[in-house]
Amino acid sequence: MSLFTDIGGEPAVNAAVDIFYRKVLKDDRINRFFSGVDMEKQAAKQKAFLTMAFGGPHNYTGEDMRRGHAHLVAQGLNDTHFDAVMEHIGATLTELKVPANLIAQAAAIAESTRKDVLGK
Amino acid sequence: MAKVIYGGQSYECGEHSVLDCLTAQGVVVPSSCRSGICQTCLMRAVKGEVPERAQEGLKPTLAAQNYFLACSCFPQSDIEVVLPEAGLNRLAASVASVEYLNADILGIRLHPSRPLEYKAGQFINLFKDKATARSYSLASLPALDEPLFLNVRKVPGGLVSNWLFENLKAGDELEISEATGDCFYVPGNAGQNILLIATGTGLAPLYGIVRDALMNGHQGRLSLYHGSYDIGGFYLVDELKELVRLHDNFSYVPCVSEGAAPKGYVQGMVLDAALNDYPDLSGWRVFLCGNPNMVHAAKKQTFFAGASMREIFADPF
Ligand SMILES: Cc1cc2nc3c(=O)[nH]c(=O)nc-3n(C[C@H](O)[C@H](O)[C@H](O)COP(=O)(O)OP(=O)(O)OC[C@H]3O[C@@H](n4cnc5c(N)ncnc54)[C@H](O)[C@@H]3O)c2cc1C
Ligand code: HEM
Repeated sequence: MSLFTDIGGEPAVNAAVDIFYRKVLKDDRINRFFSGVDMEKQAAKQKAFLTMAFGGPHNYTGEDMRRGHAHLVAQGLNDTHFDAVMEHIGATLTELKVPANLIAQAAAIAESTRKDVLGK
Repeated sequence: MAKVIYGGQSYECGEHSVLDCLTAQGVVVPSSCRSGICQTCLMRAVKGEVPERAQEGLKPTLAAQNYFLACSCFPQSDIEVVLPEAGLNRLAASVASVEYLNADILGIRLHPSRPLEYKAGQFINLFKDKATARSYSLASLPALDEPLFLNVRKVPGGLVSNWLFENLKAGDELEISEATGDCFYVPGNAGQNILLIATGTGLAPLYGIVRDALMNGHQGRLSLYHGSYDIGGFYLVDELKELVRLHDNFSYVPCVSEGAAPKGYVQGMVLDAALNDYPDLSGWRVFLCGNPNMVHAAKKQTFFAGASMREIFADPF
């Protein structure tokens, strides 16, 4: 089956959202990008984000990712911030005891959006 | 074939989601992921049955009010829907009593002109005139058939609060809206611990929520912290102490942020006091009401302390 079901599906994503979002909000390198928005709405978006990284069902296109992050690129979003997010994805999945080969797959999916997210 | 009713029009839904059905007809419904996750396409059903799948992942308080995600809603029978910001109906209410709860807080009891469906902790809008309204939280319990109970703080220079302080008396007629808001107790998970933090009249919704939980037989801890600059700011103290006497699982901690705290009070900021007593909030439900700075800080700090974002309910005002 898909990576999404292997990782544990919807319940796994729910568990991951809190852990991932805590890491992001505590990280002074990137938390400014997440301030202006209501924490709760933001959490729902983080869930969309993680579902996507876990290969779950979503309808986002590369163009959506480009548009969705353009205002952040205008605020200086760059590769170092992207790397920080990649770090937190890995650490979150490690904390949830997801096997390393599945973490690598999730990381590859997230990595594949780099150009679009950073508007390159 | 199920129909979707929106804005007085009825649309054939077929095999489509409510979102696709409405957008195909030119109705503007905000949406983003279209796969039931981002919650941008939130709508509310006012009539008809919401399929379970359309509420997956929603906060329990939203689900309890028939909110659903339009992109994952495939109705089996006719359903009437509105966008979340759709206006609330208005109704008349008569003032049953007005009393000072302390020097700056008025306790107002109202009889609505028709039965009002609400949950303790939600709020109504109270109209000074046709165009001027303010929100006030409900400290009463519908199950006890009490009059609606509001706690209004006198805001310096505030239009509506001062008008209420100066004019309101028993027997007056007012206009109010139906109740809304998602800060309330949802029965279930009766063993879960619950932390409640308020400043000022943020106590109003939490007083309602605590009593609602107790009446539902909640077994887990219910820890209420109320913050004020000085001891003049506390109110409903006797009522809360009586609840402490009656219920082993309920505790009430009044916190004084400025100056010395007499015996029975904690000196310090209310959020610090709560987190000092409960540094690990994993698995807890959390309610936060009152001063916006306190509420925003508390949302973050209780989340960092382990509470899940889905279990933090807040009204800043
Ligand atoms: C969900 C929710 C629940 C609430 N529950 C409660 C509750 O249970 N109890 C409660 O007491 N309150 C509650 N509130 C707050 C309440 O709705 C009102 O905001 C509050 O009573 C003040 O209204 P007002 O008309 O008296 O003041 P406003 O006239 O709205 O003034 C508010 C403040 O702004 C200042 N101000 C007004 N006009 C100007 C101006 N032109 N320039 C500069 N400053 C100005 C005033 O001096 C005052 O300090 C709640 C709010 C929300 C959103
Ligand atoms: C690693 C690859 C990334 C993916 C796959 C991704 C994916 C997403 C998705 C799906 C959304 C929700 C869009 C919506 O439905 O509205 C989103 C929103 C968001 N993302 Fe990303 N993202 C990535 C990287 C980043 C990075 C590096 C940052 C900043 C450091 C970031 C910050 C944000 C913010 C702040 C939002 C909310 C935007 C808003 O509503 O204002 N993302 N992202």
